[in-house]
Amino acid sequence: MDFNFTPEQEKLKREFETFFSEEMKKAPPIYQTGGLEAMLSHDEGWEFHRSMARKLGERGWLSLAWPKKYGGQEASVIDQVIFSEVRGYHKAPGVDIFGIGIVAPTLLVAASEEQKERFLPPIAKAEVMYCQGWSEPNAGSDLASLTTKAVQDGDDYIINGQKIWTSGAHRADMMFTLVRTNPNEKRGKGLTYLLLDMKTPGITIRPIENMDRTHMFNEVFFDDVRVPIANRIGNENEGWAITRQSMNFERSSVGVFSENMRTLEELVQFTKEVKRDGKPLSENQVIRNKLAELSTELEIGRALAYKIAWMQQKGGLFMVASAASAAKVFGSELAQRLTYLGCEIMGMYGQVAHSKWAKLNGKFTSDYQNCLGHNIAAGTSEIQRNLIAWVGLGLPR
Amino acid sequence: MNLDFNEDQEILRSSAKSFAEKECPKDTVRKIEESEEGYSPDIWKKMAELGWMGIAFPEEYGGYGGDFMNLIVLMEEIGRNILPSPFFSTVVLSGLTILEGGTEEQKTEYLSKIAAGEIIMALALYESNTSYNASGITVTASSKDDGYVINGTKLFVADANIADCLLVATRTEETANPEEGVTLFFVDAKASGITCTKMPTMGADNMCEVILDNVTVSKDAVLGNAGNGWDVLKKSSEKAIMAKCAEMVGGMEASLEMTNAYAKERVQYGNPIGKYQAIQHFLANMWIKVDTSKNILYEASWMVGENIPCSKKVSAAKNWINEGYKFVTERGIQIHGGIGTTREGDIGLYYRRAKAAELMLGDTNHHLEQVAKEMGL
Repeated sequence: MDFNFTPEQEKLKREFETFFSEEMKKAPPIYQTGGLEAMLSHDEGWEFHRSMARKLGERGWLSLAWPKKYGGQEASVIDQVIFSEVRGYHKAPGVDIFGIGIVAPTLLVAASEEQKERFLPPIAKAEVMYCQGWSEPNAGSDLASLTTKAVQDGDDYIINGQKIWTSGAHRADMMFTLVRTNPNEKRGKGLTYLLLDMKTPGITIRPIENMDRTHMFNEVFFDDVRVPIANRIGNENEGWAITRQSMNFERSSVGVFSENMRTLEELVQFTKEVKRDGKPLSENQVIRNKLAELSTELEIGRALAYKIAWMQQKGGLFMVASAASAAKVFGSELAQRLTYLGCEIMGMYGQVAHSKWAKLNGKFTSDYQNCLGHNIAAGTSEIQRNLIAWVGLGLPR
Repeated sequence: MNLDFNEDQEILRSSAKSFAEKECPKDTVRKIEESEEGYSPDIWKKMAELGWMGIAFPEEYGGYGGDFMNLIVLMEEIGRNILPSPFFSTVVLSGLTILEGGTEEQKTEYLSKIAAGEIIMALALYESNTSYNASGITVTASSKDDGYVINGTKLFVADANIADCLLVATRTEETANPEEGVTLFFVDAKASGITCTKMPTMGADNMCEVILDNVTVSKDAVLGNAGNGWDVLKKSSEKAIMAKCAEMVGGMEASLEMTNAYAKERVQYGNPIGKYQAIQHFLANMWIKVDTSKNILYEASWMVGENIPCSKKVSAAKNWINEGYKFVTERGIQIHGGIGTTREGDIGLYYRRAKAAELMLGDTNHHLEQVAKEMGL
């Protein structure tokens, strides 16, 4: 057993650390409040994300895991995890979670050579950003019940229907989507995987505001939207199987833990500097215990993430499906606990949004209103627990 | 990075597992719990024959010189099956403390005896104040003639009732810093002035009260040097904490496994109860606790074994596993229903041990405070 990084990995880690700590000095102030909201809600936040992404692309860091043939470095899963951990700690944007996280791995396993050459390089260079057209008003956790339909017409599909909860649809250049091509088939059968340009005529985007008025989610309507058949990934009606294959990207959630580690450090610093009733908050035994609990959980989360990375490196995702679900649910619920603790420690200031009165830039107040979405997005906590029960424990469905 | 155990460790694991299953089925565990000795001399002898007592010591002292993870593997299997014995008291609490702080002569004498299975030892650390810190040590040892006289009462001394020799933490000097002036002594368990009484603890784990009334010992009975006992204990206790954590994780795994099996076979309303989502989510939460506990156990243990400073990880592991073991066994009982609450239900054996193990070498609040200090709070 050996938990050490190799000397090369130590070097790589230092390289990432230097890069991100330098680059984040240039981040617009809005990033002090929260990463994803800053990126999607604000023009200057989105610009910063794109410029960071181009720099990462130049260094080849967006395509670390890809085969060399497509411009990648065939880096190990551990290398990718080191990258994600450092980036998370610095709360840096620059990685398109959809393009880099889902589309590229899907293309690598399921696309034709022509498609790989057409779609992969713009992702690696961060020229094209994606959004995810999966959920529909009546297809949430039960995604396979979706009904947006596509019909062949000449060289195109014509799409009609609606998607919802589309993060960043108002920013993205492209969408990857699942549509129903065979209306006579139910559930996973009869679905097709398409890539489409968000500027295609017939697409209408309606924003859905978060409760704190930030804007991440959208509804996306399709009225006779024409998408070239050449943009179909894999065979018609076999899109469901393709979504399964694409899940073999790095799934350790390590960035969630390192990002929250940083947030906890900021909160600890706050408790040392702020006095209440004549005593620093850091000397309050209740507060100390609660901070120590969160610190413990972050240590536990990091150990879980590296275990997942190690298992993935050895044997692929099927080895760790339940552990990846555990990391997802543990990570989002931990982030929620940290957010609540931050607000609690701030007392009355816990309610103040970014302003001259706010503490720690109003980050905890913002997170208090936005953190619950992470227990729902990308597989609800309940779905993750179902998966652990079915896959990890072999319980009957 | 390589997070797998090596082949020798896998062999050790499977042989320890089958030994424990064969020699100590749960009915035997219950019989041992009810016996005055609280262990089976027969099983203890066989454990020694397998070489387990020497697993944590270098070859020069009669051990096998293997790495620290071997002990972790063994403790995990001891905890998985439940194998009541003075192994933890003798090899871990006493043996590792002697290895850390003993003179060359003491190491040669005591460790080789332990490795050969010739003596049972117990560490007398805690007192009625139940502090886990140095300030809790108030039993006095005063110089007299060419030796010392020990006076006071130790509590929660595991296996003192069957020990040949006690390692007793005393205060030889009152100083401003309570971590100074602590001295450890080897004391013959049958020495005159010692009264040992078993305490009725939940874990049925041979916890004893040891009254020391003018017990005289020679100068040679000091472990290492007088006055630095706390430093020695601090260092050896990190290893002991991880070994205890391993035992607990083994128990967590067994509790999850038996509860999962029960949920698949117990039928209500025409279905195995494990088909119902309420039960599935209980079990998923248990699975998360077990998996996360294993990961932090191995990471922190490996670091301790490699002498990499990791006090925060050790305390994180202990407080997480303290709570995790209680959580998993409590949910385990809920899923088992009525039978889980009885003497004959196996899950209850683990539930009681989870509480006992939490209290050994630092409860949750103690370790949270250690983490807080490491965080700079």
